[in-house]
Amino acid sequence: MKIAVLVKEVPDAAVEKRLDPNTKRIDRSGEKNLNPFDTHAIEAAVQIREGGAQVDEIVAVTMGPESASNALNKAASLGADRSVQLTDDALAGSDVWATGYALAKTLEAEAPDLVLLGQQSDDGENYTIGAVVADHLKMPSLTQVIDLKLDGDTLTLERQAEYGYDTVKVTLPAVISVGDAINEPRYPSLKAIMGAKKKPRDTKAIGDVGIDAGEVGEAGSKTTVLAINPPPAKESGELIENADDDVDGTVERIVAFLDERKLI
Amino acid sequence: MAGIIVYVLSKDGQFNKNSLGALSQASKLAGELGGEASAIVVGESFSDDALSTLGAHGAAKVYRVNGPEGTSQPAVDALAKVITDNGISYALFGGGLLGLEIGAGLTARLGWGITAEATGIKVDGGKLVVERPVLQDSAIVDVGYTGDGGVIVGRLNSFEPDASIGAAGAIEDVTVDFNDYSLRAELVTRGEQRGADVNIEDADILVAGGRGLGEAANFSLADDLAGSLGGAVAATRAVVDAGWFPYAGQIGQTGKTVAPKLYLALGISGAIQHKVGMQASENVVAINKDPNAPIFEFSDLGVVGDLHKIAPKLAEAIKAKKGA
Ligand SMILES: Cc1cc2nc3c(=O)[nH]c(=O)nc-3n(C[C@H](O)[C@H](O)[C@H](O)COP(=O)(O)OP(=O)(O)OC[C@H]3O[C@@H](n4cnc5c(N)ncnc54)[C@H](O)[C@@H]3O)c2cc1C
Ligand SMILES: Nc1ncnc2c1ncn2[C@@H]1O[C@H](COP(=O)(O)O)[C@@H](O)[C@H]1O
Repeated sequence: MKIAVLVKEVPDAAVEKRLDPNTKRIDRSGEKNLNPFDTHAIEAAVQIREGGAQVDEIVAVTMGPESASNALNKAASLGADRSVQLTDDALAGSDVWATGYALAKTLEAEAPDLVLLGQQSDDGENYTIGAVVADHLKMPSLTQVIDLKLDGDTLTLERQAEYGYDTVKVTLPAVISVGDAINEPRYPSLKAIMGAKKKPRDTKAIGDVGIDAGEVGEAGSKTTVLAINPPPAKESGELIENADDDVDGTVERIVAFLDERKLI
Repeated sequence: MAGIIVYVLSKDGQFNKNSLGALSQASKLAGELGGEASAIVVGESFSDDALSTLGAHGAAKVYRVNGPEGTSQPAVDALAKVITDNGISYALFGGGLLGLEIGAGLTARLGWGITAEATGIKVDGGKLVVERPVLQDSAIVDVGYTGDGGVIVGRLNSFEPDASIGAAGAIEDVTVDFNDYSLRAELVTRGEQRGADVNIEDADILVAGGRGLGEAANFSLADDLAGSLGGAVAATRAVVDAGWFPYAGQIGQTGKTVAPKLYLALGISGAIQHKVGMQASENVVAINKDPNAPIFEFSDLGVVGDLHKIAPKLAEAIKAKKGA
């Protein structure tokens, strides 16, 4: 079987994220990294292979600017055999609809048996791409999966939903987004890091996978950001920095705080 | 007509509070838009009587669909049909996991835009505009729709149910031919309660533990601290999913909503899905070793440090103070 893993390049966790007031898009000028939630999806793919299933290929797929190739290198170091980068100026400013449509078109060309993705992008925080892609591909889907077992072409999946834990059986092909509790992604070995750049990579423009230019980018998006406002002002709390340097003093201050507020 | 349809989530015939809140919100907005609010339920047995609640909460019409409950894609099929047949312009969800999945599927199906995490909705120029916090709530954007309609998924607890609206609530049974792929995800069990039954909703003081505790055994630190304060222990989804703590003690989007006098967080990052379940707490104290942790943005007292060093001494000091 063939597993496609959707991965995204996002601003590094240490970078303070902001919106560019001119473009109303996320400012992506700083350090970038592979979306940490996606490393769980790659690990899940690798574990399916290690579990004995016949996995012919694990292919990492991303849509993003040229720099996103670094995220694909990271994905390759974590276990992807090959990668596909959809990159095209026409894609800039795509919303959830446009991103989902473009990724679905890219995946269609790959014809995977299983699509895995992360629970959320660290920057977009939409939790939605999986279900959008699944509907375009006419595949069943489930999000936030924390346990996955494959038996033949049947997946038994567990996840927490509104009322507690659900167990769901899904037959392949399917689109599954995994929660970050599903596994502990391994660290890539030095050899894997060195070898990653040598793994095959296909770079595609929108025309290569039959994407309609009118349906992507800012022009094809179905939502538009009308205004950016600051959050409601609130009194900032007190912060004790470097508390480890003075544990006794810190404890004293916390107790005093609780006492002031009549909590003890 | 610019109608708004609300998917009403339920289990064992009980309607979800956030869905009812969305319905009341839709009813108010539909009035301003010059349209109607409707509700849709997908499941196996909804009596006319049970559905009258939806009228009370603002549904001028209730679409009843017989189909599988608890997975998203049959609901996408049902919504797409009802929206298309009736010329409805917006679909609103009270939030949560299933709302996100159904809303996202509908986006693909209808070519509509989607906004997740909506905290407010207003009418502007005959269209809906959605208020949505972004980048860990560091900014709030107003989102508009460019196409024929739009999907809105609310942030948990953003819309209050109002049972006094008393709309018509006329019931229409709709038969839906489900897509083959929509039926290929089959619910085996639903809503399993993992772990012991703990009560966190009645406690005035909660000590909540997150992944920063390091391992299940370290919940003893939270126990000791809660013991010294006379409170109960709660947790994040990350540690509940890991099996460190019972599901009944989870705070957040797919857990409980709490509002204690004191919420003390040990090793919790403060993700939005956790925050929505505890932001009404009167006093928030957080111990986290990462100075950039989002939880410090909504703490009254933030402590940047190692919980393993601080929590045990804090429990001692509180006991001493109380004993004094
Ligand atoms: C649809 C959906 C629904 C969700 N529902 C919920 C929900 O209901 N409830 C919920 O909680 N989450 C929910 N989540 C998950 C949520 O997004 C976060 O992943 C989760 O809350 C993180 O839990 P955490 O803070 O324990 O772990 P992490 O985010 O991993 O944070 C651990 C923190 O501990 C700190 N730390 C580590 N070691 C130490 C130390 N020695 N001393 C002090 N601090 C330390 C770290 O700095 C870090 O900030 C949901 C997510 C989605 C997408
Ligand atoms: N541009 C993209 N390219 C590839 N995968 C993506 C992209 N955007 C989102 N994804 C995938 O979709 C998941 C959920 O993202 P989101 O719906 O934006 O929160 C991520 O964890 C990725 O696996």
